[in-house]
Amino acid sequence: MERFRMIFQYFHSNSESVMNGICGLLALASVKMYACFDFSCPCLPRYNMAYGLGIMFVPPVALFLCGLILNRQSLVMLEEWRRPQGHRKKDPAVIRYLCSSIMQRAMVAPVVWIIVTLLDGKCLICAFSSSVDPEKFVGFANASPVQVQQLLAKVPCKDDELLRNNTSRKAVSRYLRCWSQALGWSILLILIAAAFLARWLRPCFNQATLLQARHWSNYIDIEQKIFEETCCEHSRLFAHKCILHFFESMRQEIKLHSFILPREGEGAEGEEDLLRGITDQDQVNKLLKMWYYEKPPLDVSQSHPLGRTWQGHCHLSPQSRDQWGDDSGADIFLQNPNPKGSTPRKT
Amino acid sequence: MDKFRMVFQFLQSNQESFMNGICGIMALASAQMYSAFDFNCPCLPHYNLAYGLGILLVPPLILFLLGFVLNNNVSMLAEEWRRPQGQRGKDPAVLRYMFCSMAQRAMIAPAVWVSVTLLDGKCITCAFCTSVPVETLGNASHPGLSPGEIKQVLARIPCKEIYDGQELIANEVAVRYLRCVSQALGWCFVLLMTTLAFLVRSLRPCFTQAAFLKSRYWSHYIDIERKLFDETCTEHARSFAKVCIQQFFEGMSTDLEAARCHPPRKAPADAGEAAKKLLGITDQGTMNTALKSWHRCKPPLQLHPPALPSGNGGNGWAGEGQPPTQPPAPRKEVAAYYSWV
Repeated sequence: MERFRMIFQYFHSNSESVMNGICGLLALASVKMYACFDFSCPCLPRYNMAYGLGIMFVPPVALFLCGLILNRQSLVMLEEWRRPQGHRKKDPAVIRYLCSSIMQRAMVAPVVWIIVTLLDGKCLICAFSSSVDPEKFVGFANASPVQVQQLLAKVPCKDDELLRNNTSRKAVSRYLRCWSQALGWSILLILIAAAFLARWLRPCFNQATLLQARHWSNYIDIEQKIFEETCCEHSRLFAHKCILHFFESMRQEIKLHSFILPREGEGAEGEEDLLRGITDQDQVNKLLKMWYYEKPPLDVSQSHPLGRTWQGHCHLSPQSRDQWGDDSGADIFLQNPNPKGSTPRKT
Repeated sequence: MDKFRMVFQFLQSNQESFMNGICGIMALASAQMYSAFDFNCPCLPHYNLAYGLGILLVPPLILFLLGFVLNNNVSMLAEEWRRPQGQRGKDPAVLRYMFCSMAQRAMIAPAVWVSVTLLDGKCITCAFCTSVPVETLGNASHPGLSPGEIKQVLARIPCKEIYDGQELIANEVAVRYLRCVSQALGWCFVLLMTTLAFLVRSLRPCFTQAAFLKSRYWSHYIDIERKLFDETCTEHARSFAKVCIQQFFEGMSTDLEAARCHPPRKAPADAGEAAKKLLGITDQGTMNTALKSWHRCKPPLQLHPPALPSGNGGNGWAGEGQPPTQPPAPRKEVAAYYSWV
């Protein structure tokens, strides 16, 4: 477990590492998905091409979209692109930088899928077995065109009784697989060469602008995170105060309605503070009911300071006061809905 | 776990060690890739050579380029090479050192692939099966076959199930011969690579060791300097963001107090800490306004001098070239802006 924690900490140390990690995981997932997928060519004249090309191109689109979704920077970029200008100018270089970095990372998993597909060969054999020139292969040269098409379409299916142990079928399959693997390796070579050139040549063009764009895109990300953390902290405090107000108001109500004299001066004052005046089962039940049926308003400003009675936000009308002791009165709270700023209760 | 942690920390300690780790992983990955790859000789006369040599040479090239792409030092080298001289001279020896060290590491995975391929034998068998010496190994005087047809038959040697030239030359004989040649080549290649590595390592201290130490030091220095600069920029961005957001909230709450008709109440002393943390936002409406304003009207990238931790940096940061404005002026704009929020 510690191993994973260390690896996790390493990748979490900055957000670029996190994204690289996600990118790598998605690439591995795509290889695994291909290995687990049960490829099953239909072996019918027109369906083959649709199935083969579909399996080759549709999952990459899905993986690309996954890569965009899982990348936090895409939301940051969209927000930066669409926000009104306000007091802060928008820098197109930053948006371009973010866009290109997102696209590059999102393209890794689809490319891995396509290359694994090509190196494996099944998709291309399935898609293009009907397009092979039958003259090249001895077994198919003497059949009529329609028959040839049918036979060629069945090439990907090894267990078909017409073509089992047919050497020409194996020759076609081998031929197509060779092309498929050559295509796969060539695409891989071109992409890696392009990445290599991009890495070498990028510092030759506009390096200073690039450094600026990178810094400010990092800044936007950090700022958004800190803003969210600040809001979280604020909402925590806000909730705390709101709940304190709620308990205090309940305590006021209980003090007003209960006939038990408040015990002054007894020990364990600290504990009493924590109990906030709610000290028996009935009171707790009522408090919980109240919390569900009539949540307090979202306002902790000092116009409703602690210690004073609850003004402007009543939750118990005068008639319900008489029913305070009645536990079956779940409907009291429903009868007296508490819109904000409803009639103030007179004490 | 302790051992693993130590290894991990050691590898991460500097870029070179990290690259050694990556290099090792790529070498293992290349051996794994070869065993996972489904070698499929086409068994046709001209395609065999292309396929066999392609599988022997193209993946090593890919691995070599990948070794450069994955190495972060590449952009560092290119940057150092292309930067304007400024006040710091450029030392070509440092650049050469960086390039050599990257190239050496990038060569390991391709060498592993080529060795594994040659030792396994399938590639050479596929590529050169049409060049088998039929006179010595088989029955060259077999009648009735033109040279073209002989080539076609020989091309099918790697595909045992469709091979039909048993009278011309036995399949096992040809495969064994080609595999022997391939493995001999493989071991020679391994020997050559290790000898080269040994010579490079042992002879280098005999020549220009002092210059080598200097280049190595300064290349490490450039790497560390760049990392520290990035870390410092990130720290700065973090502090900048904190202060910017704090000033945003302060500006907002002051504006709202000004916009409300009743005077602001002073928070009681005991609730001062909590009130400060609430950033002046104490109800739902205000919070909604703050969030809307954050999206619609982000604050400028300019911190007001009183809020900065050190007084000196206030005027120096012209984030967007805006002229420094007095604090009340933006607030007036913001107050007017709120009228339609």
